[in-house]
Amino acid sequence: MISPETSPPRSSSQSPRSPSAAPFLSISVTDPVKLGNGVQAYISYRVITRTNLPEFQGPEKIVIRRYSDFVWLHDRLAEKYKGIFIPPLPEKSAVEKFRFSAEFIEMRRQALDIFINRIASHPELKQSEDLRTFLQEDEETMERARSQETGIFKKPADLIQIFKDVQTKVSDVVLGKEKPVEETDPDYEKLKHYIFGLEDHLAETQKQAFRLVKRHKELGQSLSDFGKAIKLLGACEGNSLGKVFSELGAKSELLSIKLQKEAHNLLMNFEEPLKDYVRAVQSIKVTFADRANAFRQHCELAETTKLKEINLDKLNLMRSDKVREAEMEYRELKAESEQATRRFETIVRLMNEEIVRFQEQKTADMGLAFHQFAKGQAKLANDIADAWRSVLPKIEACTVSSQHG
Amino acid sequence: MMDPDTGFFALESPAVREEMESLDLSDAIAPSSLPSFLEPPSYADVVLKSTFEPQNAVTTPGSGSYPPRGAASNCLRIVVSDPETVQEAANSLVPGGTTYVTYPITTWVRAAGHGGPSEFRVRRRFRDVVTLAARLAEAYRGCFIPQRPDKSVVDGQVMQKHEFAEQRRWELEKYLRRLAEHPVIGRSDELRVFLQAQGKLPLPATTDVASRMLDGAVRLPKQLFGDAAAGRVAPEDVVQPAKEGRDLLRIFKELKQAVANDWGGVKPLVVEEDREFLERKEKMRVLEQQLCTASQQAEALVKAQQDIGETMGEMGLAFIKLTKFETEEAIFSSQKTLSADAKCVATAAVKASRLYQQLNAQTVKHLDTLHEYLGVMLAVQSAFSDRTSALLTAQTLMTDLSTLHAKVEKHEAASSKIFGSDRSGLRKVEELNETIRVTEDAKSCALREYERIKVSFSVLNVAVVCLLALAEVTT
Repeated sequence: MISPETSPPRSSSQSPRSPSAAPFLSISVTDPVKLGNGVQAYISYRVITRTNLPEFQGPEKIVIRRYSDFVWLHDRLAEKYKGIFIPPLPEKSAVEKFRFSAEFIEMRRQALDIFINRIASHPELKQSEDLRTFLQEDEETMERARSQETGIFKKPADLIQIFKDVQTKVSDVVLGKEKPVEETDPDYEKLKHYIFGLEDHLAETQKQAFRLVKRHKELGQSLSDFGKAIKLLGACEGNSLGKVFSELGAKSELLSIKLQKEAHNLLMNFEEPLKDYVRAVQSIKVTFADRANAFRQHCELAETTKLKEINLDKLNLMRSDKVREAEMEYRELKAESEQATRRFETIVRLMNEEIVRFQEQKTADMGLAFHQFAKGQAKLANDIADAWRSVLPKIEACTVSSQHG
Repeated sequence: MMDPDTGFFALESPAVREEMESLDLSDAIAPSSLPSFLEPPSYADVVLKSTFEPQNAVTTPGSGSYPPRGAASNCLRIVVSDPETVQEAANSLVPGGTTYVTYPITTWVRAAGHGGPSEFRVRRRFRDVVTLAARLAEAYRGCFIPQRPDKSVVDGQVMQKHEFAEQRRWELEKYLRRLAEHPVIGRSDELRVFLQAQGKLPLPATTDVASRMLDGAVRLPKQLFGDAAAGRVAPEDVVQPAKEGRDLLRIFKELKQAVANDWGGVKPLVVEEDREFLERKEKMRVLEQQLCTASQQAEALVKAQQDIGETMGEMGLAFIKLTKFETEEAIFSSQKTLSADAKCVATAAVKASRLYQQLNAQTVKHLDTLHEYLGVMLAVQSAFSDRTSALLTAQTLMTDLSTLHAKVEKHEAASSKIFGSDRSGLRKVEELNETIRVTEDAKSCALREYERIKVSFSVLNVAVVCLLALAEVTT
């Protein structure tokens, strides 16, 4: 058990989503550091794992990871846990990577932190061995594992699967079966329709949110320029009038700073969650594809098995000596078919659970994002009103005196 | 130089606007406590009010009535009403006749003795305004004469006829008010005649360019080929700057003088000596520069505000579409919560967008004062150039005088050596003396004019109304 005294203070980057009741597994992605130079440059993150689970090597472990390591983990989980919506990763972005602006780095760090913690809090995913590898192995092992995946030396099972896919595709074309078999479950149809539509709408809102952030920045900039110009204008006038002008200009510049801050707040706490939502929906679409594949395999194998059975019966009747061979093949195929069916049914079951979880989590996330948005905007509006209001009495005093003077 | 016209900012695409306007924003959110101003409060109103009263819709009638700031003017109020199209009199050769637009102008003047203000109504067309402006420019050199409205549409935008007439009406009203506020021009005969004389405007119209050119072409040979009488600059001409068509010789001479001033070693006999004036001039230049920058930044600011309002609205719309979609496809209860949340945000966003639009409309009006002051700077510049050219005229004349005096001396010296009467020499001297006398007159006129211009420089007082209103509006 971790005693409160020895556990280090929670850094600000710790995800609020990590479960705090024992047994717990809490991870934080911190401390981005730029390494390497030129084209080879990359960002490394410090991943700190705190847990009391027995499967892990100790109460606390710190490793250094980079973005490609996260990608590796994501791909492994996607392979092994078909049917589960794997939490999405932040975009690859080959171009922005080179610029490595502070904002970009921070956004990526936050997204990775959320990613890893979602995995840690998913009932199935958190038991994954790959997760443990990711969180605990040293950097060399990690690098080896990573290069294995990206290389052409895939595991034999994968190769066979690829061949089989090609085989079925070819036979489909040859037999004239262009269209793959699809489910006809009406609820599933409804779900698919919903998810596709949702992606479109979300993408639109996310686009607008991003533009809104930009507008805030632009307004901030022009307020700053305006403030400077007004100050200079005031310098042409003397005494009280000039002071009022410079006061106005100063307030304008102050507001500009506030606007920039709000732009940042909007980006991190409103636009980013929206983008995350979009990514999550895209990940669901991947699961749809998996499910479709599994269904197709299940159907095809079932059909092939049936054919083999008929063939076997025929051979039995003919008392051919090929019967034993055929029977073995048949049994193999039947086992495979049952496996495929099981795989498909697992996916369906998992998906149904996942979709409920997904909706609930999304509602909570978006609720938080909306709250942040509204709070930020309200505060900004109040600040603006206060700033201008504070200049008013000075202006009034000045104009009254100039009227009399 | 900045265009002092009100900038017309492109409104958001009509389709989006329609959508937003037609949205039904019924919800449980409490109405905002922002005051709903439709017109900018007038200067006087604001100074008297100590605090804001929310929910107080101040609607002044279309043309807000500003009391004139200069207490010197007699005009209490000037209003230009809606323009009317009038058929040209039947004298025209074109069948059907042409039409032009007249503007009814009503002026209330403070009564000389007891009793209420007296009212004057006249009809003027734009040509009359041009005439007035030209007469004022001649008569009041050195004053900061406000700029008259432009003759043609300067903006690249294509405006409807009634929009154009409305804009012109508004500019005309502003122009007349500013004239009335000016301490010198407000009391001038020209303005009084314009505002009060019934029927046709009794001010001489400007002569057209063609006849001027002809005039000048005729006079120049006479001037060049030694006709002494034609070469003299009449005193009454001196008070005007050299006009391009007519006074070519004078222009040449003044140019020569200007060059001599800059390059020659000899100091001219009359110099700009007033240091205070020179300081003020420098200040004006800096002021103009700053005004220009401030005006540009104000435009940028308005555009940024417009953009943010638009985007806010578009985002709100996107969320509303999302909400509708979610509500239609809802399978899980959590979706209902999400769509309810989204709807709240969306309606708030659309509302905020509308408020931004309002804010911007106000800001444009008020920051427009900055643009107007740029127009004033133009007037300042022309006043400065008036002064410089008057000075130059005076200098030229003095140089002329000294040459003439020298000539006379030479002749007298020459004729003193000739025994007996030198009829031609005497005549020459007489002629020269005559020329001298005329020139002396002219010179004293020029000097007087110059002095007058020096004195009549009114101090520019930069008012704070724009700031006041801007601050109020953004609160």
